Amino acid sequence: MAEMSAEGKEPEILFWVGCAGSFDSRAQKVTIAFCKILNAVGIEFAILGNEEQCTGDPARRAGNEFIFQMMALQNIETLNMYKVKKIVAACPHCFNTLKNEYPALGGNYEVVHHTQLLQELINQGRIKMEAGGSFKGKKITYHDSCYMGRVNGVYEAPRGVLEALDGDLVEMKRSRTNGLCCGAGGAQMWKEDEPGDKRINIERAEEAIGTGAEIVAVNCPFCMTMLSDGMKAAEKQDDIMVYDLSEMIVMTNKW
Amino acid sequence: MVQQIVFFVVTALALGYAVKQFLRLRRNILLGKDEVIAGDSIQRWRNVALIAFGQKKMFKQFIPAFFHFFIYTAFLMTQVELIEIFIDGLFGVHRFFAPILGGLYTFIISFIEVLSIMAFVATFIFLARRNLLKVPRFFKPEMKGWPSLDGNLILVFEMILLIGIFSMNGADVLLQKMDPSHYSDTGTLAVSSWLGPALFGGLDQSTLMVIERFGWWIHILMVFIFLNYLPKSKHLHIIFAFPNTYYAKLTPRGEMENMPEIMNEVKSMMGLGGEEEAMAEESELPEFGANDIFDLSWKNILDAYSCTECGRCTAACPANITGKKLSPRKIMMDIRDRTEEIALNLDNGNMECAKDKEKPLDKTNYDDGKSLFDYISPEELHACTTCNACVEACPVLINPLDPILKMRRYEILTLSQGPSDWLPLFNSIENGGSAWAMSVDRDKWAKDVTGE
Repeated sequence: MAEMSAEGKEPEILFWVGCAGSFDSRAQKVTIAFCKILNAVGIEFAILGNEEQCTGDPARRAGNEFIFQMMALQNIETLNMYKVKKIVAACPHCFNTLKNEYPALGGNYEVVHHTQLLQELINQGRIKMEAGGSFKGKKITYHDSCYMGRVNGVYEAPRGVLEALDGDLVEMKRSRTNGLCCGAGGAQMWKEDEPGDKRINIERAEEAIGTGAEIVAVNCPFCMTMLSDGMKAAEKQDDIMVYDLSEMIVMTNKW
Repeated sequence: MVQQIVFFVVTALALGYAVKQFLRLRRNILLGKDEVIAGDSIQRWRNVALIAFGQKKMFKQFIPAFFHFFIYTAFLMTQVELIEIFIDGLFGVHRFFAPILGGLYTFIISFIEVLSIMAFVATFIFLARRNLLKVPRFFKPEMKGWPSLDGNLILVFEMILLIGIFSMNGADVLLQKMDPSHYSDTGTLAVSSWLGPALFGGLDQSTLMVIERFGWWIHILMVFIFLNYLPKSKHLHIIFAFPNTYYAKLTPRGEMENMPEIMNEVKSMMGLGGEEEAMAEESELPEFGANDIFDLSWKNILDAYSCTECGRCTAACPANITGKKLSPRKIMMDIRDRTEEIALNLDNGNMECAKDKEKPLDKTNYDDGKSLFDYISPEELHACTTCNACVEACPVLINPLDPILKMRRYEILTLSQGPSDWLPLFNSIENGGSAWAMSVDRDKWAKDVTGE
């Protein structure tokens, strides 16, 4: 972003990478896949790099408002300085905080989640799927992330992307508004489960395995970690792949 | 004449006590903090119409919704009948509207009768379902004792009320033939015109008159008992569902309530021009989040009183499903129980609970040495994934997540406690601006790809 700004250019969109997308080795692959798509369709985008900070979502939901405010206010300073208008986030938690919580602090942007942008690009014909791609007829189940689904009411855009991939979508019993959390939200990602019978991600992974799907499609880096771990625990990591939607588009088009 | 006087006295006592109890509930709800609920009223009325009247969210589970709908419509329609009961009772007349309305009267009473039969069946099914079918959500730990009895009692009340209605109408149908001058013709009623003769056929006039009066009094007495039982029961939802859906927040679900006092302090720390003077004036250490019901909003307490303990929230909660202690329903029940505990002390003027013994006991001068944390443990609060399944599940738009997050704020900001696992998270965000402590650049992945 800094470089573009120095050259006096205004990018079409700012890609908010997020902590997981920046540092988690699995989520980095999603980040790279998404960038490949943006490049392939010729969208001029920027990232903030080291000027991006955690949105503050996990701190706020853990109860630590001070740290949330510190992050949010710094991010808003940065975003406003670059006069950012439109943001795409590859993480539903970043997306939610940027979209729903920053306005009260003085940060007003048009915010979309990457799955929404992907569907838009497919609908506009800017992403063309190769006919008979690698997912044709494959059984795919889609895991609704809480922060895209129940919290922001986005159920159809990701399913629209899957449809375009020509896969055979099988729904889990708990889907859409009834979707079961992967277990990572509310800063659970950073702590051990409270005492109980089972981990939440195991429960959800078992449900996904029960559909007989070969692929679990996700839209959130935390769901990605939780469900991949769940598959490992069930020793299904070689049979059932957990992919983000953007990775699937890249694979089918061999970009 | 005697009957009229008795009716007047009973009615005055029942309504008077009910008004007193509902005013007390209003006071209890207002023990919570002021909160202006923003948003336009058209959207609110839509929620009342669709969700409270239309029971849209109930229909996510079709079978219970179907039977609940019968009990609900029968209940609503019986209120029409009550108008006549009041007129008859106060003026000593019998079936005041029958001659006036004629065929319409037959239709209205028949309609209520058909609904009542369906409600009777539904009540029976619900009793069996609650006690024989072992639906898991009715047998969670928080349902032991009173909550479970409460659930059954109301169904028994409902049955007694319906028995009253059918004894009253059934005996009346037979009496119409014996003494048409007093017992106005109601036309052929859908149920009582065959049920009456089937049950009471062959009885003499005086017995029938006793049965008719018995049914009439049972009907109105059950209504009065019901009205005064509601404020003490989970069944308050039949009234509070309406204000609760009206006042449900319309802001995005994903938006946590902002804390301007902290925002301004952080702004001034960062040199962004917060209101420095405002902060400097505060000498006492401020408390953040919610420790007790006084720090919750009045809407959280209204939520608690609106809860009918159906447990749809708990059945959808990922933490509860996997055996954790957290149950969103229990959170709401705990808030109500704590509110009642405080309310009782306020009612009794228990000065032991006054912070300052010299001043009168009220919500600003209250300290009984307890708090919501005596009801809700940190373990429960820490198990929440903020997934909003409980919020989505509630048929009357209760938000169990909101008080959980307010209590987390108290724990972290005021007590500086909380899960130790979160300390590294807070530290890495605060010091490194990232949820994980990393020593590499945020865009290292990009440099790796482009080879820069």
